[in-house]
Amino acid sequence: MTDFLLGHYAYWFTILVLAVGLYGILVKRNLVKKTIGLSIFQAGIILFFVAISTKWNASVPIKVKGSHVSEAANFMNPLPQTLMLTAIVVGVATIGVALTLLIAIYKRYETLDEEELLEKFQ
Amino acid sequence: MTRPVDSPIVVYGSRLLSPYIMLFGLYVIFHGHYSPGGGFQGGTLLAASLLLVRISSGSKIAQIQFSDMFTAPMAVVGVLIYFFTGLIAILAGGQYLNYELLPLGDMHGAELRYWGILFVEVGIGLTVMGILVSLYDNLVIGEDND
Amino acid sequence: MNKVINLLLIIGFTGVLLYASMDLPYRGSPDNPMNQPESMTGTTVAGHYYVEKAYKDAHTPNMVTVVLGDYRSMDTLGEQTVIFAAGIIGFLILRRRKKNKEDS
Repeated sequence: MTDFLLGHYAYWFTILVLAVGLYGILVKRNLVKKTIGLSIFQAGIILFFVAISTKWNASVPIKVKGSHVSEAANFMNPLPQTLMLTAIVVGVATIGVALTLLIAIYKRYETLDEEELLEKFQ
Repeated sequence: MTRPVDSPIVVYGSRLLSPYIMLFGLYVIFHGHYSPGGGFQGGTLLAASLLLVRISSGSKIAQIQFSDMFTAPMAVVGVLIYFFTGLIAILAGGQYLNYELLPLGDMHGAELRYWGILFVEVGIGLTVMGILVSLYDNLVIGEDND
Repeated sequence: MNKVINLLLIIGFTGVLLYASMDLPYRGSPDNPMNQPESMTGTTVAGHYYVEKAYKDAHTPNMVTVVLGDYRSMDTLGEQTVIFAAGIIGFLILRRRKKNKEDS
């Protein structure tokens, strides 16, 4: 039981972060808050990928003097870290695009509230 | 960005700190082969050093440090460095982005891959820096009243 | 009414994910399928291959850099293009805003 908890608690915290992000996307009415929810959701996914790249009794995937790459058990998996490294920067850029679109919407409709926007569209 | 306070401590502190953050960003890019780092992280640090001055002393004054005319061309240069690194490998008779065929002196094999990765990282760093600064500059357009 | 549906959706989403996480392998255990040299279908696991061959292929101690810049370099070119496209989108949309302001 303790082993199960220790092996899975990181996943549950990740799911909590995902739920908070989804709450922001679905329930909040302000578009800026929805964007913040999107960002939190993305942070949850990045946390999940970083969490599964862990390996006990292993070090970061950098060869230092005296370590041998033939013993792969001494190094963590470099693939999830690489993927998330690019995902973080791409995420920042896409959040920038979202804010850009929000500014364009605000300039045109003078509001960022979802319901008011739907009324003004008609 | 409109400035709520006009504190010389903030302005001079950020001005003092900015070159050191920039230096650390360059270190992270060029030492990325041996320690955690690389183009993405170093480019973000370079962008942070420019954004620090832009936020603390306003976009107008920050143009003296780095003009917003150069941000988008810098990103283009970064993409082109990456693209042409791959294209030169094709012209030398190999596959796209196969660094082993880059015409670089009398090195071969793994040595050439080492240098190919370095070129690519520099390209990524330039693009990330240019785009992050350009996004900030465009987001605060028209809000800088001082 | 809408709000109730949304909250139910969130609770359902969390429940499904919690149920799915029960079957995930223990985090960090060396017995995970991800940490084995061979996958269940008999092919080499990517992470294992990268750890073993990265230094030999590129003489670069940082394996993350090798995977980013060499093995998956085409992927990184795509990511860089995405970042570039994001910046150009911001440039195109917001520069026009300034021009319109000056006109009016």
